[in-house]
Amino acid sequence: MIVNLDKFIAEERPRWERLDAALRRLADDPWRELPVAEARELEGLYQRACADLARLRTYAADPGLRTYLEGLVARGYAEIHGQKTAGGRVRPGLWLAKGFPQAFRRRVGAFWFAFALMVAGGVFGAGAVAFDPEAKEVIMPFSHLLGDPAERVAKEEKAAAEGEDRGADRRATFAGSLMVHNTQVTLNAMALGLTWGVGTLVLMFYNGVILGAVALDYVAAGQSVFLAGWLLPHGSVEIPAILLGGQAGFVLAGALIGRRDRLPLAARLRAAGPDVVSLCGGAALLLVWAGLIESFLSQHHEPAVPYAAKIAFGVAQLAALVWWLARSGVAAAPGGGAERAKGGGA
Amino acid sequence: MSVSERRLRVTTPEGVEFSFRIASPVLRLGAMMIDWALISSAWSVLALVLTPLKIISWDAGQGVMIVAYFVLARGYDVIADWSWRGQTLGKRVMRLRVVDARGLRLTFAQCLVRNLLRFIDCLPFAYATGGIAALVNAKGQRLGDLAAGTIVVHEPAETAPDATVLGDQRFNTLRGQAALVARLRRETTPAEARAAWRALERREQIEPSARLALYAALAAHFRRRAQIPDALVDGLTDEQLVRNVVDVLFRERG
Repeated sequence: MIVNLDKFIAEERPRWERLDAALRRLADDPWRELPVAEARELEGLYQRACADLARLRTYAADPGLRTYLEGLVARGYAEIHGQKTAGGRVRPGLWLAKGFPQAFRRRVGAFWFAFALMVAGGVFGAGAVAFDPEAKEVIMPFSHLLGDPAERVAKEEKAAAEGEDRGADRRATFAGSLMVHNTQVTLNAMALGLTWGVGTLVLMFYNGVILGAVALDYVAAGQSVFLAGWLLPHGSVEIPAILLGGQAGFVLAGALIGRRDRLPLAARLRAAGPDVVSLCGGAALLLVWAGLIESFLSQHHEPAVPYAAKIAFGVAQLAALVWWLARSGVAAAPGGGAERAKGGGA
Repeated sequence: MSVSERRLRVTTPEGVEFSFRIASPVLRLGAMMIDWALISSAWSVLALVLTPLKIISWDAGQGVMIVAYFVLARGYDVIADWSWRGQTLGKRVMRLRVVDARGLRLTFAQCLVRNLLRFIDCLPFAYATGGIAALVNAKGQRLGDLAAGTIVVHEPAETAPDATVLGDQRFNTLRGQAALVARLRRETTPAEARAAWRALERREQIEPSARLALYAALAAHFRRRAQIPDALVDGLTDEQLVRNVVDVLFRERG
């Protein structure tokens, strides 16, 4: 020991306690941005604690104090050097107008890949039901889809004509269940990206198979208008939301595989993280809306609600969604150069 | 940055090194169980609060409850990790904290990613994938941690040592024995010095018989380790010898 420990502690402890208090204040409000004077004081106290730790490093017989100082320095380091990575306060309005659509466009290749998989699944599902009607029993996820579409449509329209609002006493429950279930499925599609994308791939394809099988079943039974009126109001949002989950999964998978990137794995995953979060957040938001629409609009049929109105609503909604994702937050620079510069494929 | 003995060492741009102690899977399991119990209890209370909604409309009440449970179960970890700088209540109790793997400040995106990916860590059952990943990974990262670039560290309670523990050691018989003091400082490991300090610091909290046994063991250890001559400790109690040893280890006379 070449340091007088009690003198050292007595002299330095007030500064450590001030640093500790400053760090605690920051910890109490994760969104807090420091005023310049406070930031300077924090940096000064941190530098001093670093110097104290460096002095103690050589004195092996003082682990307690060293551990205490290490903890202080670690917390200070995280705050001072982590400010750049932490980003500012989350602003929902800005995120909706710019953050989310820009994240979507930055990773649009992954979206098209998810879309292609769902279309391939749809073709497979439609083909399976067309060539082997018994496949319907295996593919259809819900029992009410197993019957004859024409019979179901007749039953639904008869009930609507008689003014019978079937399921009216459980609309909110149904909406809540849909929101939770679909959000869970979408988040799972994202999480399965960590299987190098295999799980996400299977999930996208499987969803396409179900969709293709149902579509072909109703179209073949001459119920295309009913199908469009039933699916479009919520499907025009729900299906893109599930695709966004798949997109997020493939972004994760892309970071894991790192085919085009020379960055280390941890850096690739870190770079993908914010976009994955944005995509999942956007998908969850869309699914809340889709749950409400599916429960409170999609289940109403002609003559209570004209199919043309439902189809028009679904198409308008899809157009708005496409505009939002494609155009919202596009940089004003000529040719969209600013956004392209930040870009990078999936 | 390096990892050794389940510690992650970080060197700052100022050239100072600090380390994080990687949390063991057992501690993490404990924290998870506490959080699970907390969510269950919170849900019981929340369900009671929301039940009157069902009197107004059973359907609306049920719909709200389904969504509320989902938000509570999936959102608790994210919000707690973010609001409490990487800690949920369970982690607080177990003295664990989620930190950025580079030692930097945890971001909101990191909190979300590591918690949204729990699904994959739970596969095929009982956190098997996440548990195996944490055991195999040098930084103890489950898949969610890997994707988010986070680690879970153990933070034992540490306070700055109180120098008054040493008291007034004007009559320390070890002082003046330069060779012996040098030997003591050279041979004593940080853990041993710390143990002796703590034994003095907590003197009043230890039962008299246990205290005698503890000081006897420490005195015998230091006598053997530094080959302290009998003549120097003749007539000293074990406690006094420990005080003298700690004094020469931690204090420099001007």
